[in-house]
Amino acid sequence: MWFLFPRIPLGSWADSLITWIENVFGWLLGLITTVLQGLYNFLFQVFAFPKILVDNGTIADSSIMKAVLILVMILLFAGIAWAAANWKVAVFTVIGFYVIYALGQWENAMSTLAMVVVAVVFALLIAIPLGIWASRSTVVSTVVKPVLDLMQAMPALAYLVPAIVMFSVGIVPGAIATIIFALPPGVRLTELGIRGVDKETVEAGQAFGATSGHILRKIQLPLAMPTIMAGINQVIMLALSMVVLAGMAGSGGLGGEVVGAISRLNVGVGIESGLAVVLLAVYLDRVTGGLGNKTPLERAKRASR
Amino acid sequence: MAVVRASHVYKVFGRHEKEVVRRLKAGEDRKDLAELGTAAVIDASFEVDEGEIFVVMGLSGSGKSTLIRMINGLWDASDGSMEIVGNDISKMSGSQLRQVRRDHISMVFQHFALLPHRTVRENAAYGLELQDVATKERLERADSWLDTVGLGGWGDKYPGQLSGGMQQRVGLARALAAETDVLLMDEAFSALDPLIRREMQVQLVELQSKLNKTIVFITHDLNEAMYLGDRIAVMRDGRIAQIGDSEDILTRPADEYVANFVQDVDRTRVLTASSIMRDTQAVVAHTAGPRYAMRLFERERVTGLFVVDRTRHLMGTVSDRAVVRAAREGVDTLTDITETEGILTVKPDTPISELFAPSSTARVPLAVVDDDNRLLGIVPRVALLDSMGQLSPETGEMPAVSLLPSTVEPQDEVTDESRASEAGAPDAKPGIAASVNGEEDAPEGPPAGEAGAPTSDDQKGA
Repeated sequence: MWFLFPRIPLGSWADSLITWIENVFGWLLGLITTVLQGLYNFLFQVFAFPKILVDNGTIADSSIMKAVLILVMILLFAGIAWAAANWKVAVFTVIGFYVIYALGQWENAMSTLAMVVVAVVFALLIAIPLGIWASRSTVVSTVVKPVLDLMQAMPALAYLVPAIVMFSVGIVPGAIATIIFALPPGVRLTELGIRGVDKETVEAGQAFGATSGHILRKIQLPLAMPTIMAGINQVIMLALSMVVLAGMAGSGGLGGEVVGAISRLNVGVGIESGLAVVLLAVYLDRVTGGLGNKTPLERAKRASR
Repeated sequence: MAVVRASHVYKVFGRHEKEVVRRLKAGEDRKDLAELGTAAVIDASFEVDEGEIFVVMGLSGSGKSTLIRMINGLWDASDGSMEIVGNDISKMSGSQLRQVRRDHISMVFQHFALLPHRTVRENAAYGLELQDVATKERLERADSWLDTVGLGGWGDKYPGQLSGGMQQRVGLARALAAETDVLLMDEAFSALDPLIRREMQVQLVELQSKLNKTIVFITHDLNEAMYLGDRIAVMRDGRIAQIGDSEDILTRPADEYVANFVQDVDRTRVLTASSIMRDTQAVVAHTAGPRYAMRLFERERVTGLFVVDRTRHLMGTVSDRAVVRAAREGVDTLTDITETEGILTVKPDTPISELFAPSSTARVPLAVVDDDNRLLGIVPRVALLDSMGQLSPETGEMPAVSLLPSTVEPQDEVTDESRASEAGAPDAKPGIAASVNGEEDAPEGPPAGEAGAPTSDDQKGA
C-alpha cells in the first residue's frame, strides 16, 4: 500500500548528487572559485579606491587621500558614461555616485558593482556563444529552450542553496546564482537577433563566396547587434536584481546591507542601500543603452534619417 | 561556348529526395508525390552562352528562384549536373564551391540584400573583399563601378539613404565589381516602381552592350523577359516549357500554356521596326530625272518618293507635286527639289511602340535606316495598324470588309482578299490595292498601300 503514502526521496538524491559532484569535480569547483573570487577581488580594489595609483600603502579610513580617490573614481565612472552615452548621463553619474558616497554606501556599492560585472561577464561568455549555436541548429535550439525556461521559472533561492553547499559562503555562490539567473535573456535574444537577420542578406554573403564564419562576423552579428545589446541590457538588470539574494549567501555589498536591514528591521539602512541599488541600476542601464547606439548599424540608421 | 550548362537537373525539397526523383523519372506527376516531397525543379536542361542574357520566366512557384540558386550552389541539385565554365558544381566540396562563387558567379537580389551597416562603397567592394583584394584597391575599383552604374559620388552614403532604384544599382555594382563570368539576377527589378524598373531595364541593356556579360535573369514579368532576353526559358510547375528567343515564344508557342501566357504581352514592345517593315519600290536615285520619277509615282500609286544615292543612303523625299512642276520647268535632276527636312527615320531595332507617334504625323511612310543611314525598308501606317490587328485575328478581318462600299460587288473583292492572305501577304489591304491595279506584281503591293486614303478612293473608282 506504498502508493497511498508516497514519498519520493528527491532531496536525498540531490544531496548525494551534490556530494558526488564535490568528490569528482572538486578540482573544477576549486578552479571556478579561484577565478571568480580573484576577478572579483581585483575589480573591487579598482572600483573602491584604486590603490594601484598610490603605491601599495594602506590608506586609513577617513583620510583625505581616500576621499580624493573616491571623487576621482566618480569622475572616471562619469567619463565612461560620457563616452558610452552622452553628457547628460555623465552629469547624472556624478550626482548619483556622489549620493551613494554621501549615504555611506560607497564600498558596498562598489562590491556589488564588482560582483555584477563578474557575473555579467561570465553570463555573456556562456550566453552569446550558446545563442549563436542555437540560432544555427534547430536541435540545439529545441534542447536549450526548456532548460532556459526552467532556469527562469525556478525560484532563485532554490539554486542558491546548492551553490552555497558547493562553493561555501561568500561572493562565489552569489555570483554563480546570479550567472544562472541572468543567463536566459542573453541566449534568447542572441538567437532571436541572428535568426531575424534578413535571409536574402545572408544569402548574398554565401553567393559571393563568404565562409560561414565570415557571414557570422561581418553580416549576422552586426545586423543582430541591436537585439543582442537589448539582451545584454536584460542580463545586467537581472544580475542587479539578484544582488539582494546574493547578499543572503553572504556576499556582502549592498545585498548584505539589505538582508541585514531586514533581519534587524532597520528601515533607515534598508532605504539607504536600496536607493544605492537603484542608482547603480540606472547607471548600468544608461551606459549599456548608450553602447547599443554605438553599433555600426545604429550609426548607419542615424545617418539615413 | 556554354558558360552555364544544366543537364537534367532536379530539385526536390523533403526527406525522400531520391525516391521522388526516381518516380518523377518514371513519369509520375509531381502532384501525386506532394506527400513525399516538393519537386521544385524537374528535368531542367539548358545552356547559357557567353555574352547572352538568358531569361528564366515563370509565375511564382514555378521553380525559377530555385533554379537560379542551383546555378551558384546555394541549393544543391537532387539529381543531374550543373556546370559552370566546365566545372560540375554538384560534385564540389564546400571550399571549392566558395572559390567558384568568388571567381565565377555573382548575384543581384530581388530586395537588394545590401549590408545596411556599410557604406555604399564598402557594399560595392564586398565581392572584392572576399577575393582578398587589398582595401585601397578594392575601394577604388568599387568607386569606378559605382560611376559605371550612375552612382558616382554616392560612395560615402549608407544604403538606407538611397531610393530603391539606387540601392539596386549598388547591388548591380557589387555584382559587376566582382568581375565574374556569370551574373545571376533574381527578380532584380521586381521590387521597383514601374517607371524605375523601366529605367533600370534600359540601363541594363546599355551596360550589356558595353560589357557583354553572361547574364541569367529571373523574372515573372513577360514584358521584361521579352525586352531583356536574348533567349527565354518559360517555366511551368518546375519544368521548362519552352526555350527560345522572344519572337519564337510569341509567334511559335510550344504549348497552350505558353500561348496563354504570351497572350497578354505587349507586342508593341517586343516586335521591332525590322519585323514589320516592308520593302519598297518607291525609291528613286537622286541622279534620276523628274520624268522617270513621274513614272514611278504612277506605277507605285504614291504621293511621295524616297531619294537615295548610289549606295542607298537616304537623302530625302520628293513629292508628286514638286516633280510635276520640275518636269514642266525642265529641271534635269531631282537633287534640287529633294526635301531633306521633316523626314522621319527609325532604326530596325526600334520597338513598334515607339513608331506610333512619328507615324501619325508623317506625310510619307517611316524610313527604316541602319547606322550608316542606308535605307532598309519602310513602315507604312497600314503595316503598323496591321501588326496590331494580328493580336486578335477574328476582328482583324473586319475593317477590310467594312471598307467595301455596297455598290461594288463584294464577292469578287472578298475572294481577292482571301487569295491575297492565302498567298502569305499578312495584311488584306495591299491585296485589295493589287487587285485594283490589276497588275501581276502583287508582292510589291505592300508599299503601294502606304497612302491609305488614295487606295480606298481607287477602290471606289473600280
